[in-house]
Amino acid sequence: MLKVSDLNVYYGESHILRNVDMTVHPGKMVCLIGRNGVGKTTLLKSIMGLLKPRSGSIELTGIPILGKSPDQRARMGIGYVPQGREVIPRLTVKENLILGMEALPDRKSKTQDIPDEIFDLFPVLKTMLWRLGGDLSGGQQQQLAIARALMGRPRLLVLDEPTEGIQPSIILEIEAAVRRIVATTGVSVLLVEQHLHFVRQADWYYAMQKGGIVASGSTRELSNEVVQRFLAV
Amino acid sequence: MLSGLLDGIFSGISIGSVLLLAALGLAIVFGLMGVINMAHGELMMLGAYTTFMVQNVFKSFGGAWFELYIFFALIAAFVVTALFGLVLERGVIRYLYGRPLETLLATWGVSLILQQFVRSVSWVLVIGIVLFCLLFFGALKLLSRRPDFDRIRNWVIAIMLPLSAAIALVTGIVVGQVYKLTVTKPWFGAQNVDVTAPKWLRGGLPIGGFQLSYVRIFIMVLTIACVVAIYLFLNRSTWGLRMRSVTQNRSMSACLGIPTQKVDALTFAIGSGLAGIAGCAVSLLGSVGPNTGQNYIVDTFMVVVVGGVGKLVGSIVAALVIGTTTYLIGSGVLANLLAPIQPLADFFTFFATTSMAKVLVFALIIVFLQFRPAGLFPQKGRTVDA
Ligand SMILES: Nc1ncnc2c1ncn2[C@@H]1O[C@H](COP(=O)(O)OP(=O)(O)O)[C@@H](O)[C@H]1O
Ligand SMILES: [Mg+2]
Repeated sequence: MLKVSDLNVYYGESHILRNVDMTVHPGKMVCLIGRNGVGKTTLLKSIMGLLKPRSGSIELTGIPILGKSPDQRARMGIGYVPQGREVIPRLTVKENLILGMEALPDRKSKTQDIPDEIFDLFPVLKTMLWRLGGDLSGGQQQQLAIARALMGRPRLLVLDEPTEGIQPSIILEIEAAVRRIVATTGVSVLLVEQHLHFVRQADWYYAMQKGGIVASGSTRELSNEVVQRFLAV
Repeated sequence: MLSGLLDGIFSGISIGSVLLLAALGLAIVFGLMGVINMAHGELMMLGAYTTFMVQNVFKSFGGAWFELYIFFALIAAFVVTALFGLVLERGVIRYLYGRPLETLLATWGVSLILQQFVRSVSWVLVIGIVLFCLLFFGALKLLSRRPDFDRIRNWVIAIMLPLSAAIALVTGIVVGQVYKLTVTKPWFGAQNVDVTAPKWLRGGLPIGGFQLSYVRIFIMVLTIACVVAIYLFLNRSTWGLRMRSVTQNRSMSACLGIPTQKVDALTFAIGSGLAGIAGCAVSLLGSVGPNTGQNYIVDTFMVVVVGGVGKLVGSIVAALVIGTTTYLIGSGVLANLLAPIQPLADFFTFFATTSMAKVLVFALIIVFLQFRPAGLFPQKGRTVDA
């Protein structure tokens, strides 16, 4: 599904990502772990097209996407839920969701209706359709951001710390929702996460340190030692 | 005295509605892209000249047609300036996003070019420009079908640019030699040109002791229509939703799949088109010259800055307040009103000319901005840094 090879990304002159290789297989859930500031968000932004790598390649289903703009990548099937959620603040929840449909490749299927699956996953949103996105609580915004990404029926869902700064009960809800999404839609997922419980839901993990991938493997074999080294808990 | 005040308020509102019409496009472009378009005034001028040309065409039709020309002129002015805005955005401004100083300089340069363009435009010039565009962009278009276009692109440009320019230049000179003055005479020249309002717009509506001219009423109605149209467009249409989204969070909008480049181009085209409509309205108020645009650019900036960026309602209030204040001070109405209080009356008499009134209003705006740097309606909360 997604293949990142030998990626190098800089902010100005500071070298952030060093020769990163990573693969997400179709229908799999891959989790990227690492302490704060190692470059996880930088990697996801490069995948989304918000940052231009200096060298390396990124392929989506075999097609190189480095030359494409973020909106083209979204329409190719990458759904992005960024760190900090980035809900459009002065648009209503409904408008935010409608904008999620911008990523649908065929313009015919765009309607003004929000499909019921979305409300099945996140019942809170149904009662809030007319509230402004910026007025929601952090947990609600996170649910909205995930729902919005799903509106574009992505083939690859990219989630950046979806549980950061959110109260534990909502974390469980979000976790369950993501698990259901994977089970029902067969979407591939690339997840950045700090909560061990959530990390263990994934099929595969990559651990990052100082901008490079330093370990990877099946999450079933994720040993306490690895967790100690790479998770900020 | 009351009728004087009433007169002042009506005239102020009508001045304000001209200001608002002129500032509307600027406010939209500034709000969405953060681009300060110094050529906005010249786009207005372009709209005014378009009106002049449409008027001349309809004059030759004669009779009833002439009475209706203003509506066709509005459409033509909108289309012409919108297209020009589109070319400007695609050709220049999109390379300068995120660099406000360069944008400022570039659009200022464009404004100078436009001023000179209307002074010297003639058939020869038009033929030359059209020929150049056909040759150059036609060649690019044809060659872009070749599979190895990306590799040879720079070569093609390096060869075709001087070649097309030379052909266009030579053709221009030859045509000029053959047909002489009929093609080399400037269309407008450096003098001002006059647009005559159709009959039904002359005269005025008597209210109390003074007359509110139909032209000014027409402009007020036009302004209201434009504001309503823009409001509906932004809040009801798909592209309006995309625009609002890009205004608030550009990079996230792109990540959602919104084609931000198209949104930028469309916004700039609409903003420019509104300038064209404003230019059409302004042409009814007085004669039009190459410098017409410059008279408006400062005022429209004041409106946008005082109103606050990204808020339609701010621009509306700011335009009306600035328009009314300028008129009340400039026409001496305020000085008359305050006649009983001698020192105040003297003070306002001193400022009771159009240019001095502007000075005072400008000073007031500077003071105002010290207290509310973000304008009348600043955007609240966390949305500001988004
Ligand atoms: N806009 C930026 N400009 C310069 N450096 C940045 C910027 N954003 C992040 N960095 C740096 O890049 C590194 C990686 O950041 P990030 O990818 O956000 O880490 P993570 O998501 O793993 O916490 C950090 O050292 C951070 O200081
Ligand atoms: Mg991060």
